Amino acid sequence: MEVMVILVPLALALGLIGLLGFLWSLKSGQYDDLEGAAWRAIADDEPARETPTD
Amino acid sequence: MHAARDFSHYVKEVGSGLQHIDLAVEGVNCAGCMSKIERGLSAIPDVTLARVNLTNRRVALEWKQGALDPANFIDRLAELGYKAYPFETADAEAAENEQSRFLLRCLGVAAFATMNVMMLSVPVWSGNVSDMIPEQRDFFHWLSALIALPAAAYAGQPFFRSAYRALRTRNVNMDVPISIGVLLALVLSVAETVHHAEHTYFDAAIMLLTFLLVGRYLDQSMRRRTRAVAGNLAALKAETATKFVGTDEISEVPVAAIDPGDIVLLRPGERCAVDGTVVEGRSEIDQSLITGETGYVGASAGTAIYAGSLNISGTLRVRVSAASESTLLAEITRLLDNALQARSRYVRLADRASRLYAPVVHATALLTVLGWVLLGANWHDAIVTGVAVLIITCPCALGLAIPTVQTVASGAMFKAGVLLNSGDSIERLADVDHVIFDKTGTLTLPDLEVVSGTDIPKIALGLAGQLALASHHPAAAAVARAANAKSPFIGAIEESGQGVRGQIGGIEIRLGRPSFCGAERLAADCARLDPEASLVAFSFGEAQYAFSVRQALRPDARTMISGLKKRNIAVEILSGDREPAVRAAAGALGVDEWRAGVTPADKIARIEDLKRRGFKVMMVGDGLNDAPALAAAHVSMSPISSAHLSQATADLVFLGKPLAPVVAAIDFARQALHLMRQNLWLAVGYNVLAVPIAISGVVTPLIAAAAMSGSSILVMLNALRARRVAHRRSSWK
Repeated sequence: MEVMVILVPLALALGLIGLLGFLWSLKSGQYDDLEGAAWRAIADDEPARETPTD
Repeated sequence: MHAARDFSHYVKEVGSGLQHIDLAVEGVNCAGCMSKIERGLSAIPDVTLARVNLTNRRVALEWKQGALDPANFIDRLAELGYKAYPFETADAEAAENEQSRFLLRCLGVAAFATMNVMMLSVPVWSGNVSDMIPEQRDFFHWLSALIALPAAAYAGQPFFRSAYRALRTRNVNMDVPISIGVLLALVLSVAETVHHAEHTYFDAAIMLLTFLLVGRYLDQSMRRRTRAVAGNLAALKAETATKFVGTDEISEVPVAAIDPGDIVLLRPGERCAVDGTVVEGRSEIDQSLITGETGYVGASAGTAIYAGSLNISGTLRVRVSAASESTLLAEITRLLDNALQARSRYVRLADRASRLYAPVVHATALLTVLGWVLLGANWHDAIVTGVAVLIITCPCALGLAIPTVQTVASGAMFKAGVLLNSGDSIERLADVDHVIFDKTGTLTLPDLEVVSGTDIPKIALGLAGQLALASHHPAAAAVARAANAKSPFIGAIEESGQGVRGQIGGIEIRLGRPSFCGAERLAADCARLDPEASLVAFSFGEAQYAFSVRQALRPDARTMISGLKKRNIAVEILSGDREPAVRAAAGALGVDEWRAGVTPADKIARIEDLKRRGFKVMMVGDGLNDAPALAAAHVSMSPISSAHLSQATADLVFLGKPLAPVVAAIDFARQALHLMRQNLWLAVGYNVLAVPIAISGVVTPLIAAAAMSGSSILVMLNALRARRVAHRRSSWK
């Protein structure tokens, strides 16, 4: 059962990373245009961007 | 004179030498449009960002400060085939966006916490039957508490706040039993963990929050979407006013940039976009959008003029007034406030359900505790069982029953051209049995149209159309549309208040008043046929023709009225217009009950009277004078062309010329209410099955989790089933 010393913190850390990732994606506006994002994924070539979007 | 377009009001400085503007764009609906617009705009030098948002149909643009004029973008988009206009996020929409982000954050927190707590719970559940030692179980319980307590404190905020608000006003809503259930489950679980007990309910509590937040978020995002569409439509109306920036210098500015005290110019054929008082000039104005009266009113210095008035003949200078300065608006506002106060007494289906539900559930839990104590159990076990009853009855399915259906139904209505202003309008719309229509602008179209005319050769009609294009008069605009004219007649001379004349091949042609064209006799004949229409005459040398011009009925008004009657809904017309006009419209539509010359106060009185007799009244109206009646009615609807105040007051707004959305909306609402009730019964049925198990004290956290997710999924699936039915319905139309 000593393996739990590694596994439990690892599991919690993974969960936390997932949550932080979600919050980051929310903050960077990735849920603002769900319809557009669906189309962009299959668009042939994106026009080049000079600056990243906010 | 062509005034420069000034959009500086909408431009925002975003720092590092960049400027930003948001444009609402019409007709963007596919990936092709998206890349076409982005490429087209990015190609303009100095543009640093051009990004289309396909969900709310807007484009965000950034460029180097001072390098470009926003008007360039609008022109460029017009070249690409899209109509666009600067957009300013309304406060309500900004608040809604913020709320939606907050809900999504809560949902994220709750969902990740659920996953982690479940990861810890499953070994405990299986450990109870295998070889988990109590110390390990306690450790896992403490870990669950560590995750669930902060997560619930954060993600439960929407429910706790709403429950607190309801309790403070001595009310009960669905969030009260939800909050009590979640809090008790958490408190009990902590206590059980401290006492090294076998069962805790951290998983059930946090999972409940996750499911409910899904429902909340869906509901919210549907409302946000309709609000975005409504915002775009308002922006694309591109309401501008010609403002005097110097004594003789004018500039065309967006209405949002006009302040009280400014002087604006109102040319013939223009709709006034502001409220104000005439300071100079003489004209006739059409106030049908405000009062419902289709006859023209004389305007001269001192006349009050309201947003939505159409200027007919002369040029006016108008001093813009503050919102409540004029007497008509003050009166309307007063009536509106009273009516809105009365409306807030409506109790939503969900709240009615929770008013029954909360006492029953809490009494059951209390009786369970007392029952077990009487049967000889100790207080600790009895309380644990009582809390288990609360947890298992915690209205997870009940909390989802209504929002899920509402989301699906409002999506279907959206496709049918109806936007929802308020969340509970669907259920109120479903029990409508009496519909009151305003005539002007609601049953009829807001713009003038040629309804009949003498036989006219095609060439003459074309010439009349071209002449008409050279005039600003609204009646001329109707002739131009009827003739499908493309370019104005070259060398046409407009005689103010009379008409337009021109020369072609040495023959004089004239369009205007019958007297201007020497067609009095012809006009008298036409007037006998249709006394309410205005007449436009056209003379081509010696030949004379006449057109009857009026606000035509919406194309499917008759079908819609008979559709309503078929559904056993009574129909009535209440109009501020004169009697002959209302009589004619009512006759044409087959409506027996109508009243003319009705004031806003009279409209409310009539609605109150019907309400007292037990009718559920829907008001459909567009004018400023309808706004109080819209608020007083059980539920209300406005066309998108209506006055701002009416549109904001109405529960539903329909798009386009046809009236079919009125009937469609009622059908969808009835269907939705049926499904909401069905879902509520499903949730109740689940409780009837689950509560005895909880009372008997054999509920384990595993059973609680399974029952809760099972019932939630059942209710969601039932709502999805509604969507398929809704689809079939809409395709019948």
